[in-house]
Amino acid sequence: MSSENLFELNNVAKRFTKGKETISIFEGLNMHIKKGDFMAIMGPSGSGKTTLLNLLGGVDQPTSGEITFAGQRIDNLSESKLAKWRANNIGFIFQFYNLMPMLNAAKNVELPLLLTNLSSSERKKQVATALQLVGLSDRAKHMPSEMSGGQQQRVAIARAVVSDPTFLLCDEPTGDLDRQTADEILEMLQLLNRQFGKTIVMVTHDPSAAKFASHTVHLNKGKFVKAEELMA
Amino acid sequence: MSTLLSQSAAVIKMNIQSLPRRLWMSLAMVFASAVVVAILLAFLAMAKGFDATMQSAGSDDIAFFMRVGSAAELNSSASREQVNLIENAPGIMRDEQGPMVSAELYVIVDGVKKSSQTEANLPLRGLDQRGVTMRKGFTLVAGRMFEPGTDELIVGAGVLREFDGFDLGQEIRFGKYTWKVVGVFSAGGNVFESELWADAKVIQNLYNRGSSYQSVRARLEPGASLDAITAYLKSEPRLTHEVQTESAYFAEQGKSLAYMAMFGWVISCIMALGALAGALNTMYTSVSDRAMEIATLRAIGFSNFSAFIGTMAEAMALAVLGSLLGSLVAYIFFDGLNASTLGGSFTQVVFSFKLTPELFANGITLALIIGFVSGFFPAWRAARVPVILAFQAGR
Repeated sequence: MSSENLFELNNVAKRFTKGKETISIFEGLNMHIKKGDFMAIMGPSGSGKTTLLNLLGGVDQPTSGEITFAGQRIDNLSESKLAKWRANNIGFIFQFYNLMPMLNAAKNVELPLLLTNLSSSERKKQVATALQLVGLSDRAKHMPSEMSGGQQQRVAIARAVVSDPTFLLCDEPTGDLDRQTADEILEMLQLLNRQFGKTIVMVTHDPSAAKFASHTVHLNKGKFVKAEELMA
Repeated sequence: MSTLLSQSAAVIKMNIQSLPRRLWMSLAMVFASAVVVAILLAFLAMAKGFDATMQSAGSDDIAFFMRVGSAAELNSSASREQVNLIENAPGIMRDEQGPMVSAELYVIVDGVKKSSQTEANLPLRGLDQRGVTMRKGFTLVAGRMFEPGTDELIVGAGVLREFDGFDLGQEIRFGKYTWKVVGVFSAGGNVFESELWADAKVIQNLYNRGSSYQSVRARLEPGASLDAITAYLKSEPRLTHEVQTESAYFAEQGKSLAYMAMFGWVISCIMALGALAGALNTMYTSVSDRAMEIATLRAIGFSNFSAFIGTMAEAMALAVLGSLLGSLVAYIFFDGLNASTLGGSFTQVVFSFKLTPELFANGITLALIIGFVSGFFPAWRAARVPVILAFQAGR
């Protein structure tokens, strides 16, 4: 493994069984993600984007093959070890924000810190820093229902980075936002990548969003293809 | 471990805070648990109240004599000669008037219940002043004591409360004879308050009992042995009696309504099954409602244990809330409720429903069982909500 690679997927296969039928999503998929990369993954519906996202996020496991993260295999970890691994290494940003509606912004951002041994005052400090980073210090006590979509997504970004994970996994992060707000969010992700060195993988349907990434890969029928092939 | 606690605490708090989203389903579970607990407590309070009414009547230092084989005073008898022999038994306390013994009669008369206007049996006890002093907690709350040798009687406070026609100064007719109510007495809420008391000799005359009685009470000397008295009874061929403490007699009488507690448990358990079905539905709905939140927390790194505990805590909280509501309803509507039922001597015993901390604990325990079972399986499902679901929200 190259020392620069954060993620490596070697000969990964993922199949689902539906009744008597076996559906293959990937066969022999290889890829790597370099540390500090900002990768956009594009592709039509059913191309395997979400499955790849799930595998990278440690929320699903491959049928065969190896997935390593910083040199450590994660494809064979138990569910509880995967949960710890996710807590330590991954920040998730979802299309529909997935904020807890009963918690205010600060409490939502604090959630990942409950998995650490930080004291309450330390947690509060980190939450304040994360909210400041996304420009929502003045909205700390606001409930999700009192915020716009863009503000909610910023809270979700603050939640994703509050425990300082290496890797951010974004699932259509601007899919539910207008163009202007989407660009603000994407600029924020760019900032996290460039200034804070976060490695980011973003799944998107939107070519304008993909432009904010340092490079884009295209998936079609479980294989990486060139953009031109996808257009053809 | 500390992170497991903090994440579980956070999930529990979130679940409780999300309850308003499932208000009606949650209230249904609360009400179902409340109904089960209230009904259980009603039956248990009835049995407890009856038992307390009987138990509190008896004293450990009173020896109670009945004819062998008599289940209750009504079936017993004691001739004057036998009473004289009992007065000579060992361990019987004496004072300047002689042995502290009360030979008593127990006959059944009719009364009309205020609640239903139906006739019911009431005990008319014949005794003298010696017998009255043997009753703990006896006080005349109105009027005066009956005059020996007259057709006067005093009524227990329970009889006055539950039956028509026993007001102070009123005349009441039993069969061919008319009595005058000259006093009302209290006996600390025990079974004696369900009785009418009159002079024993008058009752002997009116009811053709000659010089015979039915039961005999005797105050025991401190440290007196019932074994010695039993030995005396066996050694005296003219005596066909057995002895027990008065408290033991009433404890046995109190068991006659113990089936009510058992019946209460059976009814409540059957109802609990129905409540359980509703509670399971509520909790499965809760898991379904929170699936995206559970999956998101799991994606962030929360353990499946926290999802399990969160759901269990919600179920237990709703059940406890239900039990508190049920207990409150039972307390308001049943605690102290007056009722009368047939006692061991085929006469009405007036008693009050009685709720105790122990009974409340029983109700809460039953609700907790409902909460635990109804929470366990949905919690198991919550712990297995696929994390992938977090990525499917809104799709």
